[in-house]
Amino acid sequence: MSAAALIEAKGFASGYDGAVAISGVEFSLGEGQTLALLGPNGGGKTTLLRALLGELPTLAGTLSVTARCGTVPQTERSRLDYPVSALDVATMGTLPSLPWWRRPGRRERDAAAAALDRVGLRALAEQTFGRLSGGQRQRVLIARALVQDAGVLLLDEPFSGLDRPSGEGLEALIGELAGEGRGIVIATHDLEQARACDLVLCINKLQVACGEPDQVLDDLGVLEATYGGAIVELPGGGGRAILPPHHHHH
Amino acid sequence: MLEPLQEPFVQRALAELVLVGIAGGALGCWVVFYGFSYAAESLSHSLFPGLVLASIAGLPLLFGATPAIVLAAVAIALAARIAGVSRDAAVAVVVTTMFGLGALLALAPASPPGIEALLFGDVFGVSDADLAIAAVLVVLIAVALRLLHGRLLIAGFDRGTARSLGVSPPLVDAALLLLLGAGIVVAVQGLGNLLVVAVFVGPAAAARRLSDRMLPMMLLAAGLAVLAGLAGLYLSYYAGTAGGASVALAIVAIYLLSLPLGQLRARRRPAPLPSGATIG
Repeated sequence: MSAAALIEAKGFASGYDGAVAISGVEFSLGEGQTLALLGPNGGGKTTLLRALLGELPTLAGTLSVTARCGTVPQTERSRLDYPVSALDVATMGTLPSLPWWRRPGRRERDAAAAALDRVGLRALAEQTFGRLSGGQRQRVLIARALVQDAGVLLLDEPFSGLDRPSGEGLEALIGELAGEGRGIVIATHDLEQARACDLVLCINKLQVACGEPDQVLDDLGVLEATYGGAIVELPGGGGRAILPPHHHHH
Repeated sequence: MLEPLQEPFVQRALAELVLVGIAGGALGCWVVFYGFSYAAESLSHSLFPGLVLASIAGLPLLFGATPAIVLAAVAIALAARIAGVSRDAAVAVVVTTMFGLGALLALAPASPPGIEALLFGDVFGVSDADLAIAAVLVVLIAVALRLLHGRLLIAGFDRGTARSLGVSPPLVDAALLLLLGAGIVVAVQGLGNLLVVAVFVGPAAAARRLSDRMLPMMLLAAGLAVLAGLAGLYLSYYAGTAGGASVALAIVAIYLLSLPLGQLRARRRPAPLPSGATIG
């Protein structure tokens, strides 16, 4: 376990309009740790991410987040027909640090360019965002979070829709960012992806389990409690898979 | 070509259309990306009773339009809060009520004739007072758009994560609607109640096909809107057609022209990189 906890949740519950949507959340994320967030759609993954951002109230327990959280949404949620360059999108991350009357200037654009460089996209800074590939767009959104000086990155299904090389490249980048001491939270449906993380947290309205991947993912009882009947045993000892989830946005 | 410009009433019409073009083109880009075209249409119809009252009282139309638009916005917000009333139903009820009220006033025996001017605009009837107020509003709109640019960009790009960047989408929506209301007040004099929406949608839709960065798109849309205003003015002067309708026609023509131009432009662009491509 790393020294300083970036996120510490104890018996935490949260939700919308006073109604509890997630409860019993208990985990600690240290510097440089990666945490996979597993759960069915509507199970509270997004709710937990929003709570970590401070957008939702604490209804029970405690949640302490000591680092700034930067959110990396699914790229399909952003407008792909929008008239902005990769650099414009990364520059959006500088807005919270500016007084309300100031526009991003040279210094802000330099910071955004450096973040794009960090994620390997310097050459495409002037490309229109919607014309980038899915993996490249995901990197631009990571750069936007890096510009915010985020100590914790919250990634929502970052691998969905990516082909293998893009996915592997993104995985390597996430590993590097964790290596710099950032905490990483990845909401995912991919059990293999989850296995590569330091911690796995399963949530289905109630937190089902949280621990090291081997403990959590090899426990069929945990997976059943998380996903209900949606788990299938792959033929030929290929491991377990979750039935393709419905994709609907909330 | 320059002969019509000798006439003071044509000069005033030209100034009005330049102001309308700047406000309509620049605001229109946000209207298009925020999906506010129907809101623009609704706001313009609901200020009709204000226009009629101002015309009865002999005041500049802007004095009637402003309170009417504020009243409509408040009524829509209140109606939408009634349980079981959806937002678009609230808009529809308020807009038809306001427009009906306007028609009732306009068709009353005591009202002066001239309802067509309010419905279809009277760009050649713009007074100096109208122009002065319009100019002030356009400056305010331009300053506000510059201050809000980053926030408009963020909330329009991805509402879900706007808050994590310190931007509240409902507040940005409200600010944009307020500016849109001011823009409509500027444009309604020239284009009239029924046609005003054209300048907030047409030039921006055309510019969108010809530009892929926000600021150039806004400048281009404003330029196209001014151009359409000029073309409509000449058409109206020489062909004797109605001013507002001529401008609206010119806007549609410019949009139609942008279709093949946009396609030509798309063909010239290099293909996007394949998703697996390595980047330096």
